[in-house]
Amino acid sequence: MMRIWKFGDNVDTDAIIPGRFLTIYDEKELAKHAFEGIRDDFSRLAQEGDVIVAGRNFGCGSSREHAPLALKGAGVRVVLAKSFARIFFRNAINVGLLPLVCPDTDQMKDGCEIAVREREGKIRVDGREYSVEPVPEFMYRIVEAAGLVGYAKELKEAPVCTKSRR
Amino acid sequence: MGATITEKIFSGKCTRDIRAGSVVMVPVDAAMIHDITGPLAIQKFYEMGGTQVFDKKRIVMLFDHQIPADSIPAAENHAYMRKFAREQGIHNYDINEGVCHQVVVEKGHAAPGEIVVGADSHTCMYGAAGAFATGIGSTDMGFVLKFGALYFKVPETILVNVRGNFQDRVGAKDLILSIAADIGADGATYKAIEFGGETVQHLDMAGRMTCCNMAIEMGAKAGIVPPDATTWDYIRQRRAGIRPFDLASDPDATFSEKRNYDVSRLEPQVAIPHNVDLGVPVGKVAGTHVDQVFIGSCTNGRFEDFSEAAKVLGNRSFSPSVRVIIIPASKEEYLKTLRAGLVERFVTAGALVEAPCCGPCMGGAFGLLAPGEVSLSTSNRNFRGRQGSTEGKVYLCSPATAAASAITGEITDPREV
Repeated sequence: MMRIWKFGDNVDTDAIIPGRFLTIYDEKELAKHAFEGIRDDFSRLAQEGDVIVAGRNFGCGSSREHAPLALKGAGVRVVLAKSFARIFFRNAINVGLLPLVCPDTDQMKDGCEIAVREREGKIRVDGREYSVEPVPEFMYRIVEAAGLVGYAKELKEAPVCTKSRR
Repeated sequence: MGATITEKIFSGKCTRDIRAGSVVMVPVDAAMIHDITGPLAIQKFYEMGGTQVFDKKRIVMLFDHQIPADSIPAAENHAYMRKFAREQGIHNYDINEGVCHQVVVEKGHAAPGEIVVGADSHTCMYGAAGAFATGIGSTDMGFVLKFGALYFKVPETILVNVRGNFQDRVGAKDLILSIAADIGADGATYKAIEFGGETVQHLDMAGRMTCCNMAIEMGAKAGIVPPDATTWDYIRQRRAGIRPFDLASDPDATFSEKRNYDVSRLEPQVAIPHNVDLGVPVGKVAGTHVDQVFIGSCTNGRFEDFSEAAKVLGNRSFSPSVRVIIIPASKEEYLKTLRAGLVERFVTAGALVEAPCCGPCMGGAFGLLAPGEVSLSTSNRNFRGRQGSTEGKVYLCSPATAAASAITGEITDPREV
């Protein structure tokens, strides 16, 4: 059982990892600055398996992959939100962080214990069970291969819809 | 049933008719990497087993976020990318040309009907050139560097129809801030925004770039203006031999939503901290003290923007209590501004005019805010901590409003100075 780190709507990638740390690419080093100035106890106290729970439009803003990397480096494996910004959602999967959509995150409180059974699409918080939107199987495969890299390694060429250019 | 311009662009790449909702692997016409997201993309390219990039001529590389290198780690990132460019034979614009999005468009790397990706969220700006362009992360870019293609879910389209004439000192930035306030920070997530109507048709390329640039601030995957004579005039100067063709959404295309705007009574807009969709008429925040004014960025760093600011400034000086930072988005825009005498005017008035780069926009280099300070900025984001301290505040506005406020030292309606 791991704890919830609760955030609101429109958590942007500048909040997750500020611009001045973008010369760093190591996820453990990035994690030291996650939510710096926004929520300073996170980088000190986050434990392996903790879950971020947020409102709408989590990860809006820049395309920086440093954002999901910083969260992964802090031990987070799952982010639960009412909705995600598009680029963050895709980046998260690509680096092996699982973004799950759940409409009921308002009911989940900061610091509560949480258990995630993603394959069953179930979340348990303080004895109550919630459902998450189903995740396509290929997304799990990418996350379980620790990202898109594993998938791409096996590929000789991209299966494009056409060969011609321009 | 008709198709949207976005569906037509994807269909043009594939051997079948592609509609919104389809997931397709399509070849890309160009891919852009810069000094922040590039090193990780290159690392991912190698981790994926990449040895040779898919096509060195279709990769645009440059440095703009931290230039000239402002730290040793930044210098190391630049060196790493230079080495990659040399080994792969990729042309590297390095620190010499300006902000990535401006450079991609003005060097002719994006044209109508093309699909362009960039490892930066504001890549959607190339929609002003009639391309489908979207920002991607570094791992996706690693995949593109290796294979020259990427999976896309073809987006539905929100049609934004704009009519009316702008009042004096009101323009494209005010329009897009008001649209963002209306649609909201996630109102266009996973969708394309097509800008049309008589007002958009009369916008110059600079104004169209401002609008498409900020499509991401509503969560959109792309922003696009159907190519017309204005587009083709611009592209033909930058892409030798290209021939204009018709590309537009069909009248009976399916849009997820249609929104109508009339700009004839639109007031100058200011987005208040800490979200882009918090746009209000300037009057609501007039009188707010400002410590720093930034005129520049890929959103508003073009000659047209500086001309507008200079018109408002006239022969006056900027307030001595304000740090005024002016940064053209590219060498080309810098030279136009210089030759028109505007650099001298701005410097005489008390501004710092810097060489083309992202500047304070991303808070990763110089021009940072101390706790409690207020920045008024023509850039695209006002998130908490975006330009330095998380206890600082960033307001967004047009070049005209920025210039007016820099004169008075407080947020000021440009129609009143």
